[in-house]
Amino acid sequence: MAMIGVVGAGVMGVGVAQNLAQGGHEVVLVDRDEAVLAEARTAIARNSRMSRLMGGPALDADTILAAISTAVGVSSLAKADIVIENVTENWDVKRAVHAELDEACSPDTVLVANTSAIPITRIASVGAHPERVVGVHFMNPVPAKPVVELIPGVHTSEQTLERTRELLRSMGKRWVDVKDASGFVSNRVLMLTVNEAAFLVHEGVATAEAVDEVFRGCFGHPMGPLETADLIGVDTILYSVEVLYEAYADSKYRPCPLLKQMTDAGLHGRKTGRGFYTYES
Amino acid sequence: MTTHATATTAETITGFITGRFPRAEIDPAKDIFSLGYINSLFAMELVMFIEKTFELTIPNEELSIDNFRTVEAMTALVDRLRPAVTTG
Repeated sequence: MAMIGVVGAGVMGVGVAQNLAQGGHEVVLVDRDEAVLAEARTAIARNSRMSRLMGGPALDADTILAAISTAVGVSSLAKADIVIENVTENWDVKRAVHAELDEACSPDTVLVANTSAIPITRIASVGAHPERVVGVHFMNPVPAKPVVELIPGVHTSEQTLERTRELLRSMGKRWVDVKDASGFVSNRVLMLTVNEAAFLVHEGVATAEAVDEVFRGCFGHPMGPLETADLIGVDTILYSVEVLYEAYADSKYRPCPLLKQMTDAGLHGRKTGRGFYTYES
Repeated sequence: MTTHATATTAETITGFITGRFPRAEIDPAKDIFSLGYINSLFAMELVMFIEKTFELTIPNEELSIDNFRTVEAMTALVDRLRPAVTTG
């Protein structure tokens, strides 16, 4: 089985690596330092253990971890068949990582950008081989969410798309084809909703609990927008809204000051134990 | 296992749930996931809370949603897993 690289060992990278291991792939998970990678292994073990509880298959954490090796820096990905990049939703960070990947990987390696709002064509412009760059917007938690957005850039080749579809099938994923525009379909709508929900709390119109109860009780959504923000990460929400604001130069994407303050305060949601709600970790 | 210890376990678990969901009226036999606003993500937190609070490790085969549906089921799980200790 070909080796798949996963870059960025945060919430998304951890989920992608676990999902790939479940699909029978050999995975190399890469981040900037050993401490992050050690935490990632702990998170993968915990999430694998909880898989059945969350409605997934029963998983043996040791078997999943055995399929995932970790490494600092992207040099170990030279021979990867496909690399899935999941670094912070920030253009400077994405640009630097894609420049490194373009240099380190064979021209045959497909580079998948897992991004919630940055245009794929822009990411592809960083390297010398834009035809091998494609966007996949995974949802969180990755192993539990069966559908992704699949986004070709202007220069993405059919071969790149087909290899990506094959990988997604092996991960048990279906995809929705979406053209390349900042935020795609999902986050063009969701980020505005979350941002406006944050404004309601910021202005004292309603509590987070009340906002979420309206979405669950009145609309039948399984989760409200602010619970969703805590799940995605309040910092990631802010960065995504900022990306949309910059991409469309449209004031309707102005980020709520409360999101900025929560990000500065480390109130990033589930992953830090506190966001709009407080969590047991 | 004494009645007192069992009651304390149930109260502790109920307290954790109502701490997060203050409006929830928790009957010990009530399926908390049927309330509409408690989902499987909270089940994961319940696992971590129970393991930490009662100093035990829940074996993988016991990590099924049915063991976390009601306060009664969680109390029974804790009672099953707790080492038999005599307090005096």
